[in-house]
Amino acid sequence: MAAFVRRRMVPRLPPPRVERGLIAWLRWRLFATPLQAALTLVSLAVLITVLWPAIRFLVVDAVWQGDTREACLGATGACWPFVKAKFGQLIYGFYPAAERWRPDLVFALGAILLAPLLVPAAPLKGLNAVLFFAVYPVLSFILLVGGSFGLEHVETRRWGGLLITLVVAFTGIIASLPLGILLALGRRSELPVVRWLAVAFIEFWRGVPLITVLFFATYMLPLFLPAGVSFDALLRVLVGVALFSAAYMAEVVRGGLQAIPRSQYEGGYALGLPYWQVMGFIVLPQALTRVIPGIVNNFIGLFKDTTLVLIVAIFDLLGQLRAAFSDPAWATPTTLYTGFAFAGMIYFVFCFAMSRYSLFVERRLGVSAERL
Amino acid sequence: MVRSPKKEPAAVEMVRVHKWYGEFHVLRGIDLKVARGERIVICGPSGSGKSTLIRCINGLERHHKGRIVVNGVELTDDLGRIDVVRREAGMMFQQFNLFPHLTVMENCTLAPIWVRRLPRRQAEEIAMRYLERVHIPEQAHKYPGQLSGGQQQRVAIARALCMNPKIMLFDEPTSALDPEMIKEVLDVMVDLAREGQTMIVVSHEMGFAREVADRIAFMDEGQIVEMAPPKQFFAHPKHGRTKLFLSQILH
Repeated sequence: MAAFVRRRMVPRLPPPRVERGLIAWLRWRLFATPLQAALTLVSLAVLITVLWPAIRFLVVDAVWQGDTREACLGATGACWPFVKAKFGQLIYGFYPAAERWRPDLVFALGAILLAPLLVPAAPLKGLNAVLFFAVYPVLSFILLVGGSFGLEHVETRRWGGLLITLVVAFTGIIASLPLGILLALGRRSELPVVRWLAVAFIEFWRGVPLITVLFFATYMLPLFLPAGVSFDALLRVLVGVALFSAAYMAEVVRGGLQAIPRSQYEGGYALGLPYWQVMGFIVLPQALTRVIPGIVNNFIGLFKDTTLVLIVAIFDLLGQLRAAFSDPAWATPTTLYTGFAFAGMIYFVFCFAMSRYSLFVERRLGVSAERL
Repeated sequence: MVRSPKKEPAAVEMVRVHKWYGEFHVLRGIDLKVARGERIVICGPSGSGKSTLIRCINGLERHHKGRIVVNGVELTDDLGRIDVVRREAGMMFQQFNLFPHLTVMENCTLAPIWVRRLPRRQAEEIAMRYLERVHIPEQAHKYPGQLSGGQQQRVAIARALCMNPKIMLFDEPTSALDPEMIKEVLDVMVDLAREGQTMIVVSHEMGFAREVADRIAFMDEGQIVEMAPPKQFFAHPKHGRTKLFLSQILH
């Protein structure tokens, strides 16, 4: 056998050139093969047949001007004056018109506090988080409910529309994550009593439909409470929604916990870190980043499920919309479609925003997670 | 060769320690006393209970019978005591067990800040000192996944040293490393040994054992079969099982 010895090492070479630019992209991504070209054209055709009528309805044929139903009577497109006329009702429900600056302020404060929290580069994250998660809910409660600081008391029965949707969704989202984490840890606990309680709680709430929970909270709970003790109807619904979504969240978080190898726990314990610090600093940060898609999935589901409060006579965005439909002063051929299109767009904006933001967070955390 | 002053408690004292995994009797009556400043290397075939033994010393595994006293603290079911023992016993793992979501510096300062309650700045100074000692100060702000295996294990050593442990436990620290990286880790361990660190090392690196161990323990079937200073261990193994083992690995 002849021996081989390399006399000259191969130097580093740059990678081969790739075609760049729009033409190359079209060529390779959309029209690389006849089959691909055919699929591209079919997709394009489908897109146009679906999108064009929608654009016509929403924009081209839509009625934009007018103050009464007469403006929309002959229209084949959306009747935007209807939305304009009912806008206050859709956003605030029957919140007194003179007091609507209070929900407005709550919305604005929420946006102002949330935005910098979502931008990784913004400073003072700790303070910002305290303001948003601790101060803001209290402040919102005082502002919305009133009855103190010279604010007129507004009963929750009069709240409605997007305000209710956001209050229920926000409370559910903020409460369900920490509760869900505790439940997930409980379910994996080595203490049997803690484990059984967590399992019982999770399985109970996952076993009943949200509608049942809402019914129970609204109509049956008062029967079990001693006479004279009563809680606000909306509060009961909020607690029901929070516990319900916490049970789902717990299972998502548990999935993440299972993905963390034992060696990570042992690395922490071996340093002398106690249980809660091992969980808080080592296990949960890794577990939660792995289940961001599941967590956000739950948030989005919860946001849309809030609309079920309709059946316990709380009128959220969709509830107010249906109430508005029954107004004979706005009975036009396209009222129904316009209303649903408007509500659909609002839901879509919120849910799509959550979805995109979670993708952004995943990519950003992927920087360190990929380097496992 | 025992160098500790009489008044100090032994670093580790195991008396008739038994442990089972289900029906499997993994540790069968372990008696082991390690003095302050002493270096013990434990070797033996796989499944002989070496790792289980060393993991019992900082309570990662619970023993079922017998006594384990570490730095004067007996390991019982009391979680507080287990934490005390772990604080004083640094451990290195085969797979390093660094925290991938934290930088090297954060890995090193987590326990000093939260367990020792050191101010962050001081913890970082200490971490830097130990990272220099294991020759990778320039990697302080990288993530573990960006380092080679040998570098990761040296970070793990620095992380343990940051807690200023009275005893260091090594569970096959070089078994997962490429041959070219084993030496850089062993060099750091030899340095530690020269400085008088109490060490218990589960390893098959017989060159390392010969160089730094005060005693070598050979384990088989959950028992310490033979224990002797290196010269005697290699030159005149007494037990038949030890002879067989040595004949298989020393070639």
